[in-house]
Amino acid sequence: MRRTLQLAAIGTAAGAFSGLFGVGGGTIIVPLLVFWLAFGEREATGTSMAAIILIAAYAVILQATYGNVDPAEAALVGVPAIGGAVAGTALQQRLPERAISLLFAVLLVVIAVELIIP
Amino acid sequence: MNEVLTVLLGFAGGTVGGLLGVGGGILFVPALAIFQDQSQVQAAATSLLAIVPVAAVAAWRQHGYGNVRLRDGLLIGALSPLGVAAGVVVANAVSQRVLELSFAALALAIAARLTVRALRPSPDGQPQTPPS
Repeated sequence: MRRTLQLAAIGTAAGAFSGLFGVGGGTIIVPLLVFWLAFGEREATGTSMAAIILIAAYAVILQATYGNVDPAEAALVGVPAIGGAVAGTALQQRLPERAISLLFAVLLVVIAVELIIP
Repeated sequence: MNEVLTVLLGFAGGTVGGLLGVGGGILFVPALAIFQDQSQVQAAATSLLAIVPVAAVAAWRQHGYGNVRLRDGLLIGALSPLGVAAGVVVANAVSQRVLELSFAALALAIAARLTVRALRPSPDGQPQTPPS
């Protein structure tokens, strides 16, 4: 029960950040799974991806009601990104988990800098 | 030219997404905002649509590698709508600058914790494996 509540809390937090920043929530889900539920980095990132399918789908439906979604431009980034996702997951299997943690930290710093620069 | 850069950033976003378990919005949003002249809110919303197939393909690949706890992932996703709704309402109501700076601070704090964790020596000198 406690674990289910933790997963629910992670889902709610990830959903909120998804709606706020247009990211799927993985930046929140992965660290929470690692620090809170003791997932390995690979498991955390893989499990995060499954969650993001649903989270992004909900968020895009809500954003569409505000008229903010442009399907043609989504395809312009999304179609090449599918190839990238296959390459990225394959690459991850060859990296030690510590390296994944460090790369994730770099990603977060980049996100922070991008947000701070107006 | 802008289309080419958008496509390249799309591929890079998918790669980072697959590698680190995020959707790729980190690169999709600036690609759409800078090279397709979308507003920040439009770019974020459009990015979400691109993230759906990326997450599906990455989850499918990771499942093949044995790295997906499917029940946990689907539970997190299924229980997220309240958070999503709250986030979208807030995004349309609160100062964008306040949101940006708050999330930046949170991201830096998590990055520091992850770095400390990754660099912490384990007793036998081997990379530490978390308890499962």
